[in-house]
Amino acid sequence: MTTSYPESSLTRAPMSKRTLFNTGMTVVAFICGALALLPLLAVLSYVLIQGFSSLSPSIFTELPPAPLRKGGGFGNAILGTLLMVGIGALISIPFGVLAAIYLTEFSSGKIARVVRFATNILSGVPSIIAGVFAYGIVVLTLVKLNLGSYSAIGGGFALAILMLPIIVRTTDEALQLVSQDLRQASLGLGATKFQTVAQVVLPAALPAIVTGITLAIARAAGETAPLLFTALFSQFWPTSLFQPTASLAVLVYNFAITPFKNLQSLAWAASLILVLMVLITSIIARWATRQKA
Amino acid sequence: MATNTHNLLSALKSRSEIDKSLDRGFIWLTRIFALGIAATLLWITIQVSIGAWPAIQEFGAGFLAQSTWNPVNNQYGVLPQVYGTLVSSFIGLLLAVPIGVGTAVLLSENFLPSKIRLVLVFLVELLAAIPSVVYGIWGIFVLVPIITNVGKWLNSSLGFLPIFSTPPSGPGMLPAGVILAIMTLPIITAISRDALISIPPSLRQAAIGLGATRWETIFQVLIPAAFSGIVSAVMLALGRAMGETMAVTMLIGNSNNISLSLLAPANTISSLLANQFSEASGLQVAALMYAALVLFVLTLIVNIFAELIVLRMKRI
Repeated sequence: MTTSYPESSLTRAPMSKRTLFNTGMTVVAFICGALALLPLLAVLSYVLIQGFSSLSPSIFTELPPAPLRKGGGFGNAILGTLLMVGIGALISIPFGVLAAIYLTEFSSGKIARVVRFATNILSGVPSIIAGVFAYGIVVLTLVKLNLGSYSAIGGGFALAILMLPIIVRTTDEALQLVSQDLRQASLGLGATKFQTVAQVVLPAALPAIVTGITLAIARAAGETAPLLFTALFSQFWPTSLFQPTASLAVLVYNFAITPFKNLQSLAWAASLILVLMVLITSIIARWATRQKA
Repeated sequence: MATNTHNLLSALKSRSEIDKSLDRGFIWLTRIFALGIAATLLWITIQVSIGAWPAIQEFGAGFLAQSTWNPVNNQYGVLPQVYGTLVSSFIGLLLAVPIGVGTAVLLSENFLPSKIRLVLVFLVELLAAIPSVVYGIWGIFVLVPIITNVGKWLNSSLGFLPIFSTPPSGPGMLPAGVILAIMTLPIITAISRDALISIPPSLRQAAIGLGATRWETIFQVLIPAAFSGIVSAVMLALGRAMGETMAVTMLIGNSNNISLSLLAPANTISSLLANQFSEASGLQVAALMYAALVLFVLTLIVNIFAELIVLRMKRI
């Protein structure tokens, strides 16, 4: 019955310096977590409350009103955003997917390393630099050709630059997850490399690729800086791809800094639409990838 | 036996020329697009440099040391904007790094059940997806009034410090720094968490087995082991903060003066571009392109550095 070690000596003394430090740091970590979530909750709740209270059906069908006039909407900005994101997607999706196919399927180490490095660097290029680039490439060229200047084409081109690295990266990852057995089976049956990629590998990776593209589109729809001087803004419905074009994001910026209450409430409504878009696509993407795994 | 194999082999028809050239063409097509990405990066550099060339010739390196920005007299210098870019990013990181790393530890260790952890990871990622302009409008209507009140108190009680020496002006360096902290937090948390998770469990077990408490393990074993990952997270966040445009433009006050006070309005390179580009003409466009080039080079250096750390980490 003689135990030389009392049981309590195996647990750390509850009041020792080390235990107190341990407990203290755990509390600090939880505070950090709370501080990280606080802005998310603050932004989301504020945008939801302000946005929903300014939402009305006319928002989707009408043009922006004059300052101090009630009502109105931003149908032209919704259409313009769709238009420019569409142009961006049209350029960046084939470009990005084909580049990613080369990276996983055909490349021999060295080139792939360089291209992956370039992709990561490209994704770190500030969005406003993409705007300056698109200004130099598209806007100045259109001026030279007398076709216009600020336009949906320029905005779409800038968005394409920002979407490209996201699409390459997600497609690259999706293709790498396709099992090597599928490729070998296909090649073993006598399929060409093109057939293997187009009919076996791509369909297998398609859900993940589509998820990546959707996230890229959601990200592009919220981009503002590159549109400020490529697409500019417009109070009217877009009639041509070579004219200044309104977008939701630029509308939020323009109207948020005006002193007019009616324009500010339109800005909140537009913010709500942008946030809901991001929220819904993120949740669907998360859910879709979870289903696969 | 040998003739048999020979017969079989000759019976195997080689692929038709069409199939072969289709394959070769396809590989070349994808290769061109892949190289196109690297070319795009190069093209951006060249295009911005060409646009900036008239201003580079006119001002040279003195552009970085001049603090006047006067389109009327065609005098341009970006010292205040470079200062604003660096200081606002620094404030952002100063707030975001401890909170972000703390959150990363919280989300990588088993403080919480794994289901709750996954939800929190998703929520923090969501923070990164909210458009910058939405942070901007929220900042104007919610953050700036709060910080103005805090700033009044800081100015009246700590006004002898140069950083609080002016009464708050509403928009200014401090709100911009706070919004940058919020926007860079998800990057720091996500990458630091990846680095912490990828540490082999044996390290943790060994430290616990030697009798270390949980936080002694975290501070003396886990964080040193994940250090390069955390550093690259901070670098990437710095790159993001320096290039961030909309939220900062809406909150920093856009004043082209250098003030030591954090409560005074300031400006960044990206805000300068956002404000002036669409209305600029002549040499002003070139000067703005030159400013863009400065920003581009700054972020490029930071990003390349971060990327190299990540690559080295992967090799180990």
